[in-house]
Order: sequence, then structure tokens, then C-alpha cells
Amino acid sequence: MSNVSIFEIMGPVMIGPSSSHTAGAEKLGKAASSICDEDFDAVDFYLHGSFAKTYKGHGTDKALVAGILGMSADDERLRDSLKLAEQKGIKVDFIETDLGEVHPNTVKIVIKNKDIVLLTLVGSSIGGGNIMINEVDGSALEISGQYPVIIATYSDVRGMISKITGAIARNEVNIATLRVSRSSKGEVATTVIETDNAAPESIVDEILQIENVISVRVLNAIV
Amino acid sequence: MYNKAYELINETKENNCRISDIVLRNECKLMECSEEDVRSKIRKVLQVMKDAAQSGIDKETRSVSGLIGGNAVKADQYRKMNRTVCGDVVNRAIARALSTSEVNASMGRIAAMPTAGASGIVPAAVITAAETIDADEEAIIDALLTASGVGQLIKKNATISGAEGGCQAECGAGAAMAAAAIVELYGGTPEMALDAGAIALKSILGLVCDPVAGLVEVPCSKRNATGVVNAMACADMALAGIKSMIPFDEVVDAMYKIGKAMPAALRETSMGGLATTPTGETLRCRLIGKQ
Repeated sequence: MSNVSIFEIMGPVMIGPSSSHTAGAEKLGKAASSICDEDFDAVDFYLHGSFAKTYKGHGTDKALVAGILGMSADDERLRDSLKLAEQKGIKVDFIETDLGEVHPNTVKIVIKNKDIVLLTLVGSSIGGGNIMINEVDGSALEISGQYPVIIATYSDVRGMISKITGAIARNEVNIATLRVSRSSKGEVATTVIETDNAAPESIVDEILQIENVISVRVLNAIV
Repeated sequence: MYNKAYELINETKENNCRISDIVLRNECKLMECSEEDVRSKIRKVLQVMKDAAQSGIDKETRSVSGLIGGNAVKADQYRKMNRTVCGDVVNRAIARALSTSEVNASMGRIAAMPTAGASGIVPAAVITAAETIDADEEAIIDALLTASGVGQLIKKNATISGAEGGCQAECGAGAAMAAAAIVELYGGTPEMALDAGAIALKSILGLVCDPVAGLVEVPCSKRNATGVVNAMACADMALAGIKSMIPFDEVVDAMYKIGKAMPAALRETSMGGLATTPTGETLRCRLIGKQ
């Protein structure tokens, strides 16, 4: 059983009315735009379960958009986020859907620019403003957002993990957890690495230069 | 590290200290920081709690939907007439709990404890109990540490999400945390604190999450008010030496199993309970239209 900080119980300090539907949603939005790290002009939010049923009343829509715009959960502009997105020329859509056997408060966020999909993220708001990111660009993961994360996808060939972790070590970043999975043998593999300290920007380029690496995503801690 | 209430109690015995001391030490280790770092972070959260517990009393605060508001003002004015059933202390706590939940529903700033929907209970309980014995801010911070420790146990072994466990997981957790915090504030033992927590949680086992129109307003706001009364009554019982026949850890397990057994309609989806009563349906149609 992993340790839980008291500040996962006490707090977050946030704009109401619901830690699951406002603060957690804001964090999911922020995680998506932070991982994306590119300019975008449209975001689709596919809402599942309780998110789908109650998003208007809870202001989940406003919170998700506030997160996408990089606001923090205690920012009083959160309640005007839909208007702010419009002013920035970002089109947002909310679609009620069924994402299958997932947590009741789950959203799939699709970030686009000129109709090209830049990022797909599936995440859940698991209570008390805490989140779990379950999927990024189709790869299954389990990220709490409390640690910085590096997500690398690459062709499933020998020696990749050692090359990637080598690059991380050279950047003086310490690995907290590491998980490896693959679609099937010899296909696309994904490594999810949680680190103790934030990865410098240079790390992305360094890992991308490794032969057979397909993509590298970085998420700094969402708190 | 403690995962169960009995482990937390054992640690207090081994170190001859209170629950708040163990929780503080664990947090310092986890976050790699000093005790003062943690206390100063809590002090900031406490200020948000105090403001939210008071501003709805000072000024009528209405929810964004307009469904609730102004009850904290009413409760406090009634209290001041000095002819209440439950007395001044309990009514002060009720007004504070209503204030926080009205501020929350108005999309104002609050501190989740353990969630936003249940955020009125612990602050109202702790601030009011501290007033009655002239406890200072440091004692309130200790009480919040104890409350958080109890919340950690519930989060680790069950859930604090209404969508997963119903209202028992939110207002039940809030009341259990508040009850334990008051007991420590009043000088009770760690066992007494967790007995109070167990009794508070037992008292609302099975409570469903059935918000009208999907809003954290009806019945949430008043469940915060009754939640703080639950906490205070259980703290008094525990301080009187009354024990919980079912230990805290087992009550938490039961709460989780009950939450799992609840149909989705009664877990924050607004598809059952009060949400689908004739009045609940009428209010929903008026506020957000037919779904």
C-alpha cells in the first residue's frame, strides 16, 4: 500500500463545487495540455459516467477548459473559462459517451490543431481532486500526475530500455518507477517512467535521437 | 507508515504521542521537508477554511444555480436568539458548515476536506470545538493533522469518492475525521479518537449520493450541517468512554463493501434517491432542462 500525503485529504484549495468534478477535472485538462506542449485550436471532451450525467451542474466543463488553458484549481477565473477559451480562439466540444469499464468520472480529451489530432488522453478523477491518467495516445498507463513522467514509445527491439534509461541518467534525473508494455511482440512498445525530479527539455531530443524511438512525451507534476 | 488504524494506534503507543504527531512525522518523511514546512502549508489551508466558514454567515451566499443559499445566515441569526434545542455550540457549528457548503456551491474558494462536497464538516467542527476550550491556532493545526490521518486510512482502505462509494464515503469520511480531531483536541486518547471516528462513520453507513440536478447543493449542504453534529455527538460519546463495538478498520471495510454494492444510480449520477423524487425532477427540469 503506497503512502498518501495529508494534502491529498486536506485540500486542494479550489474553486467549488466538487473536488471530483471541478478540481480533478481541472487537473486532467492541465495534464493534457501540458503533455501536448504544442499550439492547438480545438479540444473535444468525451465524458463518461457521472461526468457525462452531471458535467453542467458541477461546472466540469468549465474546470476541464480551465485546465486546458493552464489555470490552477483555485483560480477564480475558472468559472469564466468557456468565455476565455472562445477569446483565445479555442473551440471546445463536450460529447456524452460510454468509455466502457472505467472509473465513473472519466474523460477522453482529444487536442487538435487544424483538424489534426495532436494528443489523445484518457483520465479519471478518482476523488478528492486526485487523478489517474489511464491512456495517452492509445498506450495504457497508470499515472497519478504527482511525479514528473516521461512516456516513450518505440519499436520493440532489444536494448531500448537501457538506451532510454541511460539518456535519463545522463540528464541527472532519478527514476522512481518504470513500467514497460507492448502492443504485441516486435510491434510498438511503451515505457512509462516516473521520476523524482523534473526532466530538462533537452531530454526529449536526446531520447528522440535514439534509433527506433517513435515518440517521447513529458508531463511535469500536476499539483 | 501506517495503513490501518491499529497500526496508527500502535505507533502512538510506541512513541508515547498523539495521532497528530505520527501523521506529521509521516508527512515530513514522505515530502522530505521539515515539520514547520508542513505546519505552514496547513496554516494557509486553515485560512481558506476559516474564510469559507465565515463568509456565508456574514453575507447571504447563493449557489450559481440559485437552488440554495442564505441558510448559514438564517442558522446564525437563530442561534443568536439564545433559544435553541441543541445549544449555542452545535448551532454555531451548523452555521459554519452551511456557510462553507454555500460558498462551495457559489463556485467560491474552499479547501476540500476530504472532498469539496463534504468540505463544511471538518472546519466547522474543529474551529467551533477549539473556540469552546480557547485552543490556539497550533492546536487547530494538530486537530487538522489528526483529521487528515483518519482520512488517509479511509482513502487507503476504501474510497473518499461519492461516485465510487456514495455519500457515506464523503460526508461519512468527513464526520469520522472531524470526530477524531475533536477528541484529540479535547485531550482524548488515540483509541478514543478512532472510536469516535468509527461511531461517526457507522452512523451514516449506506448513505447514498443523490444530488438533485447533479449539483453539490441539495441535499449536500444540509448533510454537511448534520455531518458536523454527528461528529460532535460521537466525539462526546468517545470522550465519555463509550467504545465502538466494531473497530475502525472493520467499519471502513464495511463502508467500502457497501459502496461497491450500491447501484450506480445512487452514486453521484443523479439517477436515483432524492434526485428522482417528483420535486427533484421538477427542479432539475427547471435548472438544466431534460437530459
